[in-house]
Formats: sequence, structure tokens, C-alpha cells
Amino acid sequence: MSFKIASSPHQHNQRSTAHIMRLVALACLPGIAVQAVLFGYGVLIQLVLAIVTAWLSEALILKLRGKPVLSRLKDNSALLTAVLLAIAIPPYAPWWIIVIGTAFAIIMVKQLYGGLGNNLFNPAMAAYVLLLVSFPLQMTQWLPPLSLQSVDLTPLDAVCSIFTHYSCSGFSLPQLQANIDGITMATPLDTLRTDLSRGLTLDESLNRPVFFAFAGTGWLWLNLAYLAGGLLLIQQKIISWRIPLAVIASLFVLSAIATLAAPDTIAGPLFHLFSGGTMLAAFFIATDPVSASTTNKGRLVYGALIGLLVFLIRNFGGYPDAYAFAVLLANMAVPLIDYYTRPRTYGHRPRSELK
Amino acid sequence: MSQFKELTLQGLWKNNPGLVQLLGLCPLLAVTATVTNALGLGAATLLVLLGSNIAVSLVRNHVASEIRIPVFVLIIASLVTAVQLLMNAYTYDLYLSLGIFIPLIVTNCAIIGRAEAFASKNPVLPSAIDAIMMGLGFMLVLLVLGAMREVLGQGTLFDGADLLLGDWAKALRVEVFHADSHFLLAMLPPGAFLGMGLLIALKNVIDNKLKQRQAVEKGSIARARVTGAAQ
Repeated sequence: MSFKIASSPHQHNQRSTAHIMRLVALACLPGIAVQAVLFGYGVLIQLVLAIVTAWLSEALILKLRGKPVLSRLKDNSALLTAVLLAIAIPPYAPWWIIVIGTAFAIIMVKQLYGGLGNNLFNPAMAAYVLLLVSFPLQMTQWLPPLSLQSVDLTPLDAVCSIFTHYSCSGFSLPQLQANIDGITMATPLDTLRTDLSRGLTLDESLNRPVFFAFAGTGWLWLNLAYLAGGLLLIQQKIISWRIPLAVIASLFVLSAIATLAAPDTIAGPLFHLFSGGTMLAAFFIATDPVSASTTNKGRLVYGALIGLLVFLIRNFGGYPDAYAFAVLLANMAVPLIDYYTRPRTYGHRPRSELK
Repeated sequence: MSQFKELTLQGLWKNNPGLVQLLGLCPLLAVTATVTNALGLGAATLLVLLGSNIAVSLVRNHVASEIRIPVFVLIIASLVTAVQLLMNAYTYDLYLSLGIFIPLIVTNCAIIGRAEAFASKNPVLPSAIDAIMMGLGFMLVLLVLGAMREVLGQGTLFDGADLLLGDWAKALRVEVFHADSHFLLAMLPPGAFLGMGLLIALKNVIDNKLKQRQAVEKGSIARARVTGAAQ
């Protein structure tokens, strides 16, 4: 009988990087489908543009750096970055928005730091912040869900308005944003924010047609779809449950307390959980294995920090939604979090007992 | 003459205050949103640097080394005040748009750095040449960065050059392209940092290329390492 002597790790996970990245991208599909059905087909065109740009810029930079191109492209990490950015931006934004964003994410945020595994920041979110800061107008033109739109949008219209700024029948984006009464509609978070700043109370604002039940029309289903995809990832053990749970729990608890304290000006926890990008960010973006915290305790802290920042920026900051900023700020805190939450090495005493 | 050549090379390229010494980054990053601002601040810095290097070089044998730093600062501060008053008098609009960064030239480490490292040890003529070359090197970086950010951010070059050079300079304004939405990031501080990083990277690439070419020309033989990895 032979004993093989090998160094650790002794337990192997059969999944390759490419496999994991592909599964995460596949888990986005329910959300993408819901977005395409409820908000129009713009998102599909954005996806195609983003993926093509991501592959091209990744190949270009790998070539310049003298690294093998095909094997790195096949690890699907550029694909995932492109997918996450494409579903985060407004689906009818002009084509150059997504091209600039994806190229920046891959070239500046990922490859300049040394490629996959070395980037300090989440590439998709850093690119989102770049776009939001540089092109605030285009990045806030969200169309209302199809059911509220006054003009029927066909898939061809999506192509026209992304590439020419006008739909095939000649409507501009601000015209498409208007409902039957000619009032421009924004996202639920944006609407609520504007209304509150005009002195309306929460209840008065929630009567508007962009709201449905306790969240926004369409946005509720979108968030539920991402929640389903995220739960699948946890069930497949692709992501740890700690980060999503911490994000959601901290946002829930904070907004529950705040809404009890100021019921007229701060929306309740369910509204916050099912509006904007909460579920997408909690399950797909905050859990990026490269830029997130890597220790178990650290993941809870990291997630809770994101929830706290989102709560603060949404309610008291300058932007209606805040996941990109929150994730980037938490990314910066990750080395510190990891340092203070190092797990005890097997065979060593905990640090508290050493003194 | 070889000293002159060496000083030129050092100031403009090898030891460029912006790209290599990384001195005076605060004004470098803060005012390079347009070429005009960059030119104005570059010229002001050049003037102060020239004056301070000459003055420091003149008094270098009379100042006790224990109190040299306060003396240098005093010299630089009086020169900056003079430049500030001059700009206030002759280029008032530019004076307003550069704002706090004119008095802050006092704290530009490139100036006191040259005073301490070069002018306090060398005669007047080399010090003056050194100041001009270092000042030009600094101004060059400002200009390139300013041009990059202005083209990306506004699609123009030399916008507002008349503030600095008089009315005829309105003709200098070039519209490279017209865009309905400006790339705001290039105008904001992060754009300055990104642009600066790219410039430094570009310089390193050129340096590496030059070094490789020289190695090929000399036909130098790389020593093969036979014992373990380099530590």
C-alpha cells in the first residue's frame, strides 16, 4: 500500500474559474429576462455591445502585455464584468456609454492592476462610477416599465434609440420617458427622492403610477428575479451566504429603525430591499471573489458596511441609488477588514489568549 | 558646453520634476484642466524658479547652513508675491481662474528642491540654466496633461488663451471635435490622476525602449545566471 505525500491543499474543488464565472453569468439570466420583458429589449443590445467590447479590449491588452490571449479570454471573467455593467446601466443609454464603460473596466480597472485576481476594485462598479460621474444625464435616463409607457417600443426601436438617440418612429428618450399624461417618469428611487425634496410625504409620493405595492412597478419583479438567481448561486456554493445576508440585513435593520423614527420621509425596509439594484448588488456584485473580503467574519463586516453606506447615500446623499459607490468604498476597506478578521491558524491559540 | 547639455537633459527628461521627481503634484494635478491654465501656472513657476535659483546661488557662501532653509523660503516667498502681483496686474482673469494655486507656488517642492539640491552648491550660471530647464520640464508636463484633459473634457485646445496672452490669442482656440456631452471625468481630479499615471507609464516605456536599443548597439552580453533565482 502506497502513501502519497503531497503538500496542502488536500481538498480540491473541481470547479475552474471559467466554470464559476459562467455559472454566475447564467444566474443573471432570470433578471435579464425580466428586464427585457418588462423594460424593453435595450438590455439585450447593451449586453452584446458590452461583451464584444470586453473581449476586444481584454485581447488587446493581453497581447500588449505579452500574455496568452485565448486561455485568459476563456476564463469568462471579462464576460462577467461586461454582463454586470450592461445590466446596471440604463437599457436605452447611447451605445458609446457602454463601450467606454466596458473598455475602462477591463483596461484600467482590471488589466492595469495586473489582470484577474489583482484588481483592487470591482471593475464593473468602478466603470459604473466613471460613467455616472462623467455622463450624469445619460446615466439617469431610465425608461419606465413598458406597461406605463405611452409609446409602444419594439425590439427594433431599442436598436434605433441606442445607436441614433431616437427610436425608429422618431421619439427622443425624454419623450419616451413620459407617460400618457406627458409627465416624465424616473425610477422609483429617483421619483421618491424628488418628491421628498419637494416637501411631499412618503405616502403622497407612493401613490404615483411608478410605484406598485411596496416597491416600484417592474422593479419588484426585477429584484425578485435576481434574488432567485442569487439563491441558486448560494445553493450551488458558488458564493458564500455571508455577504448577501449582511448587505440585506444591515439595509433592512437600518431602514426599519429609520422609518419608525421618521415615517414620513424615509421609506420602509421592503421598499429599500426591492428597489434599485439591491438584489443584483447583494448577490452578484458585492460577492466578487477578487475585490470582496475573504474571511468569514470579514465578509459579514464588508456586507454590513455596504448596507450602511447604501442606506446613508440613498436617504441623505446626493444620488438616488448608491451600490456602485458603496461597493467601491467597501473595496477600499477590504485590506483593513481582512487584517483584523484573520482566522485563527489551526494549532495556534487565538490572539486574545496570547497576552 | 557638456554641462549645459547635461543640465538640459536632466531637466527636460531624465530628472523631470513632474514625471520623475513627482514634485509639485498638487498644482500639477489641480490646474491642468485646460492648456491655458497649465501655461499660466507653468510660466509663473518657471519665473519663480529662475529667480530663486539665481538668488540662492548668489548668497550660497554667505548663509550659514543651519538657517539656509528659512532663508530659501523667504527668497521664494518674496518672488512668489512679486509674480502674484504681476499676474494680478496684467492677466487678471487668469489670476482669478488660477486662484489659490499662485500663492501656493511657495510650497511647490520642485522650487525649494532645486534651491537645496543644486543652486546652493553651484555658481550662478549653471544654477540659472538648471532653473530654466527644470522649469521648462515642469511646464511641458503641465502642458501635455492640460492638452490631454482639455481635448477629452471639452473637445477644445487653448480655450481662453486670450486671458493669458491678450486678445489676439482668441484665434488660437482650436475645436478638435464637438460633442454634446462632455467627458466630465477628464476635467475632474480623478482624470488628472489617471492622465498623470498614463504619462509616467509612457515615459517608462520610452526609457525602456531606448535602453534596449542602446544595449543592442553596444552589443553587450547579458550574464547568464547559473545559480538560483535573482533575489
